[in-house]
Amino acid sequence: MTTPNAPDSFYHVTEGQGVWPHKGKVAAVGIGHSPTSRRWDGTPENTVGANSILALRKAIEDAGVPPDQIDGLVIDPVTTTGAHWDANDPVPMDIVNFYNPTDDPLDGIAKLSCEWLLKNMPELKNVKFTMYGTGCMSHAIVVAAQAVGEGLTNNCLVLKSWHNLEGRYNQSGLSAAENVSGSYAVGPGRTIWGPPGCFGTALQFAEYCRKYGKSHDMMAPFMENSRRNGLLFPEGYWAQHRPEQLTPEDYLAARWIAKPASLFDNDIPIMVSGAYLFTTAERAKDMKQKPVYILGHASNRGSGRSLTPTLEEVQTETGSTGRKILESAGITANDISFENMYDGFALFHQFHIEGLGYRGMKFGDALDFYQTDISIEGPNPILPSGGNIGSGRSRFWMHTDSIQQIQGRAGARSLTGVKPEIAVSGGPMPMGGNFTVWGASPD
Amino acid sequence: MVKQGVIPDELTKPFYDAANEEKLVIQNCTACNLLQHPPAAACRKCGSGDNMEWKGMSGKAKIYNYTVVYDTPIRMLQEDQPFNLAVVMLDEDPGVQMYSHLPGTPVDQVPIGGSVEVVFEATANGQKVPEWRVVG
Repeated sequence: MTTPNAPDSFYHVTEGQGVWPHKGKVAAVGIGHSPTSRRWDGTPENTVGANSILALRKAIEDAGVPPDQIDGLVIDPVTTTGAHWDANDPVPMDIVNFYNPTDDPLDGIAKLSCEWLLKNMPELKNVKFTMYGTGCMSHAIVVAAQAVGEGLTNNCLVLKSWHNLEGRYNQSGLSAAENVSGSYAVGPGRTIWGPPGCFGTALQFAEYCRKYGKSHDMMAPFMENSRRNGLLFPEGYWAQHRPEQLTPEDYLAARWIAKPASLFDNDIPIMVSGAYLFTTAERAKDMKQKPVYILGHASNRGSGRSLTPTLEEVQTETGSTGRKILESAGITANDISFENMYDGFALFHQFHIEGLGYRGMKFGDALDFYQTDISIEGPNPILPSGGNIGSGRSRFWMHTDSIQQIQGRAGARSLTGVKPEIAVSGGPMPMGGNFTVWGASPD
Repeated sequence: MVKQGVIPDELTKPFYDAANEEKLVIQNCTACNLLQHPPAAACRKCGSGDNMEWKGMSGKAKIYNYTVVYDTPIRMLQEDQPFNLAVVMLDEDPGVQMYSHLPGTPVDQVPIGGSVEVVFEATANGQKVPEWRVVG
């Protein structure tokens, strides 16, 4: 059994494709998370594989579906937070053999396959459909939703997991080399010029501030709000390990990484797994949890022409993405109760929500909007999940929160200023993401 | 500020050979009449690799914008922090970008939109690469 990537036909990538043909026919009915940790502690119980099994079992239990009725599994096989297993480091075979391994000894430690999961979850004995959506939970969700909609699977698990190892972010391997290849040296990512991961976003944000007369300081209310919401997210890293409110003063005093991006504008890499169970709307009617219907999904496959997308390129793409999101669900921006667009890096959240036209926003409006009431108690909530900034880099808090808010299971994070009926979540990057529209009703 | 050494590969050898001669060349698709950087095996517009040539540039560009890097992942540059890291856009085609540390420009005093011209710097292994200095 070899798991394929999803075919191109699964994605809503161009404007004009219309309403998603499976609108309201797929529903999320179960949620599961592993605990968070900053890094792998070296034990078999804390591997990315172990966390994945835990999250999947919790999602199954949450939905109340017998495991032998699960017939689909969609995951992201890439689990790195930026930490890679050094080729010179020995693989700990005692950890590998603690589980039922695949042919790749790093499977379940520094990567993850559907095959590894099925070998180690014997209760999933009727899974016939497996597929990859690489890079993000947002991607895996779109793939799973499409698969259920097309009838390829009826009860489909969706999983995103992360491993984080010792060492500073992205500072090993080529970053430490004396010499590098010519293609790498002039490439768009890390290069011999030394851009940190947030460089492109920092550059776009700098241009945004220059064009619209804004400043980095204006991000402080957003950051405070995100951490506050994150601390109300019991599944998150900050709530579990460092329950410290981030004040505007803390934010403004933070050290720079690539000015105008500071330490807190970057989400913290962590170990964590998150899982959902999707099923058909028909089946979801009599399940344990209130179903949350998928009304549509959209994807962006844009890229900059050269090294780093310009602000203009980003805005062209986020505007198109916003139109596709609304088109896929057959809604207008006015129908959206709340947004949970991606935020890790904090400095590009405004690109997402301006492109979406959330609360009537146009390009250049978001930082002023952040100076108003954006809390979960107000009429214009921004990122009630707290996102990756509020709970650590999982790339799934925004999806979990969207489902929980609509189900009425968001606890202390529950929205009180709006009735949570339709939400949009997704990402990661403004160029190259996947987005989902969730609804309390299939219509 | 010495950058990591560069070992040209098959794709990029003409770019680096030109740099050693202190000339700037950029890939061009003759079918699309479109410059592209970074180099690739095929034209990103038409997808063909049959029409790629290396075209000489004037070495003049404008600064799009910049950041000041305080925490680079590249070990060899860490002792030089903080440093400017700008994106410049070629006068021949603003859609073509190159990175620059803007040698000679004080940290965080970068003239956005200002004119720059190419210079060539030796990296750690002696291979030269294009850099950019503010002019005027």
